[in-house]
Amino acid sequence: MAADTTAARSIVKMKVDEDKIKTLSPHLLMAYSGEPGDTVQFAEYVERNIRLYQIRNLYALRPSAAASWIRRSLAESLRSRRPYSVNLLLGGYDTATHDPHLYWIDYLGTISEVPFAAHGYGSYFALSLLDRGPLEEGLATLKRCIDEVSKRLVVSPGNYKIKVVDKDGVREVEL
Amino acid sequence: MEAISHAGTVLGVLAKDGVVLAAEKKVTGKLLDLSSAKDGGYGGSGEKIYLLNSNVIGGVAGLTADANSLVNYARTAAQRHLIMYNEDIPVELLAQRLCDMKQGYTQFGGLRPFGVSLLYAGYDPHYHFQLYHSDPSGNYSGWKATCIGANNGTAQSLLKQEYKDDIVVKDAIGLVLRTMSKTMDSTTLTSEKLEFAVLTVDPVTKQPKAKIYRPAEIDALLVSEGLAKKDEDTEMKAA
Repeated sequence: MAADTTAARSIVKMKVDEDKIKTLSPHLLMAYSGEPGDTVQFAEYVERNIRLYQIRNLYALRPSAAASWIRRSLAESLRSRRPYSVNLLLGGYDTATHDPHLYWIDYLGTISEVPFAAHGYGSYFALSLLDRGPLEEGLATLKRCIDEVSKRLVVSPGNYKIKVVDKDGVREVEL
Repeated sequence: MEAISHAGTVLGVLAKDGVVLAAEKKVTGKLLDLSSAKDGGYGGSGEKIYLLNSNVIGGVAGLTADANSLVNYARTAAQRHLIMYNEDIPVELLAQRLCDMKQGYTQFGGLRPFGVSLLYAGYDPHYHFQLYHSDPSGNYSGWKATCIGANNGTAQSLLKQEYKDDIVVKDAIGLVLRTMSKTMDSTTLTSEKLEFAVLTVDPVTKQPKAKIYRPAEIDALLVSEGLAKKDEDTEMKAA
């Protein structure tokens, strides 16, 4: 089966080569955006906890379990003195059931499993395009979204890093 | 350890498409109120076989009071996993949780360890069907077929002879019942002395399905397996 789960997108600020997609486990990617500082801190916290689970249990968390854990961490953080403001996309390939998953998670602890997703200003353009489009060719559709954002968004970012996760694991691709 | 070797036998067999668990009940008698076992709860008479989570059935051998406390702990641990990860706890992880606690009681003075061995029959998407055994010291191991409690040595050598790697649930049920009838003191098996459970995967929902048999279902099963009592006191009961 060819999994077309693509987790990608990034917006450039001070650096033009900041990687905002973390590889959490061999078949799990997390793209994050939000308050600078919070994002990296929270992403590293998640990364290390997922890694700890993998070391303890010899197998990695499944995407659905990882998503639920991350959502819970954000929900608990929301009710703390200073919550993380981080929005996430989580994409992964479930090696136990052999199917891809994509989750949309925001800083309020909302989660939903979706066929396509986007965060940030670019999402207005990307989502309306994705609502219409056929989704068979994941990377081609992604390219159309990026082009649309570049065309219409005033503060459109210049560079993108794109990663794919499927049954073979994680890899970076160029469009 | 000593208590366990006198406790009622608990036997488990791992099949290709499920896990089978059977246990010998020790507390029996005409005056024992079993009305709740007939139609209440989730099946079983609550002495030896328990539903630990929707994907794990546990069989206990040893001190009953300690076992109840461990069953309660196991269920809580499973629910803790569910709330954090929104998935059924992997079977080995549940066994680990219990063994972590059991081990703790071997390390410090002043407290007595749990006098309980458990069998865990479970399913998870990682390793599919599994059968684990844990002892009072907190050791655990995975098995294709094993037995705890009284006469476990006899039962295990019987299982070793008869077990086949590609056994299916239907044959495993027969193997478990036959081994059980040879291991137990009593000559014939009845629901009065037996608890029985099977864990399979529902063909439609693909979710694990734990079935703990009710007394009437056990008797029906024994009849269909040709192990039921063929005696004369049916007449006496009728009279």
